[in-house]
Amino acid sequence: MVRMSSVVIVGYGGYVPRYRIKGEEIARIWGRDRSELPTEEKSVTGLDEDTVTLAVEAARIALKRARIPPSKIGAVHVGTESKPYAVKPSGTIVAEAIGAVPRITAADFEFACKAGTEALQFITSLVDAGRIEYGLAIGADTAQGRPGDALEFTAASGAAAFIIGKNKNEGVAEIEAWTSYVTDTPDFWRREYERYPHHTARFTGDPAYFHHIVNSVKNLLENDGYTLNDVDYVVFHQPNTRFPLVAARLLGVDLEKVKPGLVVGQIGNTYAACSLLGLVRVLDQAKPGQRILLSSFGSGAGSDSYIIRVLENIKLKRDLAPPLDKFIDRKTYIDYAIYARHRKKILM
Amino acid sequence: MFRIKIPRYWRHKDFRYRLNAWRCNHCGEVHFFKPLVCRKCRSREFNQVSLPDTGKLLAYTVVRSPPEGFEAQSPYIVGIVELDDGTRILSQITDCHPEELKKGMRVEATLRKIREDDEDKIIAYCYKFRPTV
Amino acid sequence: MSRVYIAGVGLTKVDEHWWISLENLMTEASIKALDDAGLSRIDSIYVGSMLSLILQEQGHLGALLAEELGLSGIPAMAVEAATASGSAAVYAGAREIESGRADAVLVVGVDKMSDGMAEEVAAAMTSSERQEYTGFIGATFYSINALIYNLYMDKYGVSQEKIALFPVLCHEHSVNVPHAQYPFKIKLETVLNSPYVSEPLRRFETTAIADGAAALVLVNEETARKLDSPKTELLIEASTDYLTPFQREDPLWFPAVQLATSRALSRAKLERRDIKILEVFDATSIMAILSLESSGFAERGKAWQLLEKGELSLSGSIPCNTFGGLKARGHPAGATSVYQIAELHLQLTNRAGKNQVDSARAGLAQSLGAVASTAFVTILKEV
Repeated sequence: MVRMSSVVIVGYGGYVPRYRIKGEEIARIWGRDRSELPTEEKSVTGLDEDTVTLAVEAARIALKRARIPPSKIGAVHVGTESKPYAVKPSGTIVAEAIGAVPRITAADFEFACKAGTEALQFITSLVDAGRIEYGLAIGADTAQGRPGDALEFTAASGAAAFIIGKNKNEGVAEIEAWTSYVTDTPDFWRREYERYPHHTARFTGDPAYFHHIVNSVKNLLENDGYTLNDVDYVVFHQPNTRFPLVAARLLGVDLEKVKPGLVVGQIGNTYAACSLLGLVRVLDQAKPGQRILLSSFGSGAGSDSYIIRVLENIKLKRDLAPPLDKFIDRKTYIDYAIYARHRKKILM
Repeated sequence: MFRIKIPRYWRHKDFRYRLNAWRCNHCGEVHFFKPLVCRKCRSREFNQVSLPDTGKLLAYTVVRSPPEGFEAQSPYIVGIVELDDGTRILSQITDCHPEELKKGMRVEATLRKIREDDEDKIIAYCYKFRPTV
Repeated sequence: MSRVYIAGVGLTKVDEHWWISLENLMTEASIKALDDAGLSRIDSIYVGSMLSLILQEQGHLGALLAEELGLSGIPAMAVEAATASGSAAVYAGAREIESGRADAVLVVGVDKMSDGMAEEVAAAMTSSERQEYTGFIGATFYSINALIYNLYMDKYGVSQEKIALFPVLCHEHSVNVPHAQYPFKIKLETVLNSPYVSEPLRRFETTAIADGAAALVLVNEETARKLDSPKTELLIEASTDYLTPFQREDPLWFPAVQLATSRALSRAKLERRDIKILEVFDATSIMAILSLESSGFAERGKAWQLLEKGELSLSGSIPCNTFGGLKARGHPAGATSVYQIAELHLQLTNRAGKNQVDSARAGLAQSLGAVASTAFVTILKEV
């Protein structure tokens, strides 16, 4: 559907905060059965972290790989559903922190868990249209789950950042195509002034996650003339460990292509960062010439799908910053009491 | 009583977000905040410099009696970091427990929330250092 | 240039004075000092206070005190130099006498910390650091002391057991002091087992929230001759340094203390060995140690030896903090340095009660603002 001249990822970075809580520990508090936990463990922010600081961490890692002066960045878009401010852009703080101000455009995007890939669409388009030389797209969240709710087992924190440019020689991967599939499907929402989102349990499955991802991927493949054989890795949005595997089955994707991009089991669902962190993990290991199919999902609902081809440069730039696994493996377990403190669930 | 004064916070964001400082053209002394006169040699000419974001930890301690505005974070770690250009900087040390720290260990700068007065007030961000990942 | 004499001193007990206001505290000390001097009229007033503007939101202490004393009409003002504010007031008063513009000056140090909660007081104390830097990141005065403490132990290989002897000494001296906040002895183990304020600094190596006011009546030679009260001669010098010790070349050396000490000694035409009684600014144990070393009364890295050998005790060669120092007499911030000078005066005029040190003819008091960003050194000589 949307073919681009040449738009490349010149730098990428993933960040996960240090703290983890095990699904078992959450189950212990609420007396839940431990045999069917949606993830093993999830990442939790430190007391001094929020979506903005996570976004800055990821952006700085991306900059290290991009090796461009931050002042050349023309747009900073942050996709998140956990903005520290309801009114006041996160993008301005991120842009200031990395030194990209003031000749930029900055905005925050919200589309539940696909806000990050949505930000990527707009940055990609701005670069493709020649309006900016480089742009920074970030998906970042410190996701909220109501205590005791199923979401509490998965709602996690993390960020992924991508610096997009046009010069193929600088790119670690080329964005060959993307598409979007959107309908009004109220599977999950958070009203204004509310602390925690609501969801519709099993309704979030077939009519929401699976319907949108499957159609988004099919449209992309059909319209742009790709087949699943053309791709070496497939990264889906990962609200739990089961959904991406089912999506793979529905689309007929070999599970071996999905596994490298799975991070949900170790860090949980990082919402707007979730599928992008999967992409980061794949970029950390993919070989030049390999293709990645990325498909996000955002409640409400929609799915963005991308075809990304890895370039030669990946070999040079990958090691300029720590791989995502370094942050995934850097972990300290906390109990529910510390978790409650970190996530401000204690009334002070 | 002690609140974040927004213009004061905003005025110094270059230093707090990115460790941008001033170096005396004459004697090389580093000033974190915009100087008019060098404290060391009294020269009045400075260059803006971007300080290195890595260094080593010279000493650290834990703040257990926090000042107003920092109660919710207490206890937290404060340390002296010697940046790779030799500049010494006082900083909070984050992402670790005191028992994991060692004098001389490598640390790197990150941006963190330093303070927020209330849930409906401004959030102040600042550099902190953490053990190098 | 006229010589400066102390003709009267007045102290309030250092305490949490829940029932007594800031105004009443400074007025009480003033009345006592004026009564001690036998004077009812003075030419001007200098008030030293660090925290009143922050914790009481009360400025304009000069005119306020003049009014409280029924002396409205005379020049009166406040001066500030952090925890050395009291000394700054003494400095201003002494310079006015020296210049010949005044015959008698009232100098008062006052602070009332107990009106603030602990967190407010910790934040208020940080006002003596560079707020945009130190205060902004939540580094407290004690945490900076703790960092220096760590560096000191590393550099000299001195253990905390040695440094923590300082508060023990102070408490030994406060036992018989009616105006002391904590007039009781403590053991070294008590210090070493007290909770951390900021590792390695323990609670008993720091000072507590305290209220107090101390006053001096300073007079010129002519007035001194007319008054019957016991007198000492006062010389005061000062120096400054960067606000943050870590921006200095050597955080373990206080050049301001060294400079002010040498200036005061040379003006008094005295050698260090002539000083037989000493007041050091033990806002923390490590500050006391570094002050002893920077002023040349101890070798670098070896101040603890004076403690261990008992040289700083009442019966030692150079008794130190003979009324309990900041730790045990108490540390009401801006008032403290006036207490130090008043106590030296009591010693040199043979009015130190059970803590009287004989044979001392001259004493020296060091007063510091923050981590020696300001240093005042006062020498009192027997008349």
